[in-house]
Amino acid sequence: MARAAKSKPAAKSSVKSARGKRQLSAKPSKPALGKSELLAMYRNMLLIRRFEEKAGQLYGQGQIAGFCHLYIGQEAVVIGMQANITRDDAVVTTYRDHGHMLACGMDPKGVMAELTGRRGGYSKGKGGSMHMFSKKESFYGGHGIVGASVPVGTGLAFANRYRGNDRVSLTYYGDGAANQGQVIESFNMAALWKLPCIFIIENNQYGMGTSVARASASPDFYKRGEPFGIPGRKVDGMDILAVYEAGAEAVAHARAGKGPFILQMETYRYRGHSMSDPARYRTREEVQKVREERDPIDHLSDILFENSYAKADDLKKIDGEVKKIVTAAAEFAVTDSEPAPEELYTDVLLEA
Amino acid sequence: MAIPVLMPALSPTMTEGKIARWLKKEGDNVRAGDVIAEIETDKATMEVEAVDEGTLGKILVAEGTEGVAVNSEIAILLEEGEDAAAAKPAKKAKAPAKTEEAPAEAPAETKTAEAKTADARLAAPQVSAPADADPRFYENTATITVREALRDAMAEEMRRDADVFLMGEEVAEYQGAYKVSQGLLDEFGHQRVVDTPITEQGFTGLAVGAAFSGLKPIVEFMTFNFALQAMDHLINSAAKTLYMSGGQIQCHMVFRGANGAASRVGAQHSQCFASWYAHIPGLKVVSPYSADDAKGLLKAAIRDPNPVIFLENEILYGRSGEVPVDADFTVPIGKARILREGSDVTVVSFSRPLDYALEAADQLAADGISVEVIDLRTPRPLDAETIVRSVAKTNHIVTVEEGWPYAGIGSEIAAVIMEQAFDHLDAPLKRVCAADVPLPYAANLERLALPCTEDVIAAIRDVTYRG
Repeated sequence: MARAAKSKPAAKSSVKSARGKRQLSAKPSKPALGKSELLAMYRNMLLIRRFEEKAGQLYGQGQIAGFCHLYIGQEAVVIGMQANITRDDAVVTTYRDHGHMLACGMDPKGVMAELTGRRGGYSKGKGGSMHMFSKKESFYGGHGIVGASVPVGTGLAFANRYRGNDRVSLTYYGDGAANQGQVIESFNMAALWKLPCIFIIENNQYGMGTSVARASASPDFYKRGEPFGIPGRKVDGMDILAVYEAGAEAVAHARAGKGPFILQMETYRYRGHSMSDPARYRTREEVQKVREERDPIDHLSDILFENSYAKADDLKKIDGEVKKIVTAAAEFAVTDSEPAPEELYTDVLLEA
Repeated sequence: MAIPVLMPALSPTMTEGKIARWLKKEGDNVRAGDVIAEIETDKATMEVEAVDEGTLGKILVAEGTEGVAVNSEIAILLEEGEDAAAAKPAKKAKAPAKTEEAPAEAPAETKTAEAKTADARLAAPQVSAPADADPRFYENTATITVREALRDAMAEEMRRDADVFLMGEEVAEYQGAYKVSQGLLDEFGHQRVVDTPITEQGFTGLAVGAAFSGLKPIVEFMTFNFALQAMDHLINSAAKTLYMSGGQIQCHMVFRGANGAASRVGAQHSQCFASWYAHIPGLKVVSPYSADDAKGLLKAAIRDPNPVIFLENEILYGRSGEVPVDADFTVPIGKARILREGSDVTVVSFSRPLDYALEAADQLAADGISVEVIDLRTPRPLDAETIVRSVAKTNHIVTVEEGWPYAGIGSEIAAVIMEQAFDHLDAPLKRVCAADVPLPYAANLERLALPCTEDVIAAIRDVTYRG
């Protein structure tokens, strides 16, 4: 899954296609993104969904252990954002990171094998679900501590400013992390030094089992940069075109040396916080309603149909290809060897 | 009655200063609050205000005089009606103090005596050639302070490598809270000498992110007490990422600053963190004692591709020593240094408590006890080989540190000795540590809480059965 070319024009779309109760705008105009880009986005979102479904199955079979946080439902956020950057731009996120890694172009086999703790995993099996990196794809984790990835992402932006290049840092975190003090500390420094950092809050409505309303005095996370002069937008994170458009604005702002930008992505996770979440904090109906009315993948398929970019058969074919990739990844992940015992003591320190 | 104007103490550790400038001249009228002089300490230039009103009758210490001891008379204020003839100094201003490092509060005689001899030792260092340390010989040396040695180390490495930069509170415009970064802003500019807001967790995480992308930050903590706020990034982000990434992401950086007790600054500002950081795989922990080590080890730390915790000591900043000027001078991390050879007992310490170890060795030499003093230099990696070899020779060992006893560096050395040198011991190891309490403020309690020369002497007599 490659990231889009850097020179992609900012998307302009008034497509408001939706399912169920969401109203279509009178006549959807053609999105600025062309057929091939939209089909690639569709495939990339589907890859994340199928990958995560498979990871869930493998967890159930005991092949994946420990903490495992699935991204199902939030796919439009990362795919819409990543379409605005290149491989040279840095990405960092918290522990719900499988989707981000796939979106960065990391090999599904390597990601799945890390989930199963095998030597072919991105961290040779030593990191696990929450701690994976790819220097090659500029993906800097996969960070297990809520909020801690935010100053790290700010530092990645600092490095870009230090080197005088026009690269940006996409720093993803959740509504739970938004209340960490170090997030505000990062806003301050990013604004003070005009760092090319895009803070992306994936508001999936629950920090573990606590709803936004019970944890945040204000749910307007995008306004939290206001005292520092950081512009912010609230975005429908289930609508990939809205995400893409907002992302284009934010990335252009940061690349132009105007400093940080905050995007609050309103999204939803269908699965539990982790695999061991009894989900007493919300009803089945609530989840079902979002699935039916706001699913980001169904939304994009509607756009594809409406613009005659694809027929049902075309999408079925994509699904088949994606399933093949995921099946191969799972196959690799459960058959690959565990790391050699000698790996226990490697990578602790580098030779000085 | 004439009022003496005394040399003020302008910081917790100041013992002397320089009269940089008199702003009033003899015969001038002075009101309380008027700035009468500027005084230069090792940290900053400060203004001195008059606390009484009167006429400046006599200036006792001329402008430009260095090493003026705290509390010595520097001028006489006359009250109305008095004339200058009455302005005889009550006592002569003290000659410039030589002991830069004597703690400001040192009221007890033993402490002063101790500081004096410590100073004598520094003037004529009895530092043996390191047994197996850096074999290179540097012909050109200069006498500079630990503070300057640290600054030079950073400056040289920043000249050498454009990816190295310094960030922290007050490192740029203020020239360093302890003046360690003096001059760096002028040479390297704001791009590479970065003043941060007071936001330890944030800027430490930011520096880690910069290191992930390949830069080599030096993060100054004003003191390591404040690094507690950044502990998650030091341990979870900096120390573990190389391992968690299967070797992909390196974290080439140095965290440096003052560690340990300064002087009368109370519990929250006084503790040794050596054993905290030494516990963590993925970190190196360095704590220099002498000026040459301060420079050589800091340069090595800046070149080291791993996260290095570099623990300095405020009291040692003003000490001077011979330091090689060669820009390639480094001291390898992980090699202890034998500061004094001896045959009866091994004393292992690091940083400021080495004062007490060396002082104890001097005093016990008179009693015929020959003490070998080892400067650990780096609590991690620990140079077990040098320690074990020494114990094989002396058969007795005492550890000295400013940290608490529980799970301290001394405890680790005890474990090493148990595992590797048990058969060489003629007596159980003894630890000299800080008292197992938060550091108290009161002068007498603080003295009781921190290790001192007498404690080391008692421990040595104990293990050698020569009490």
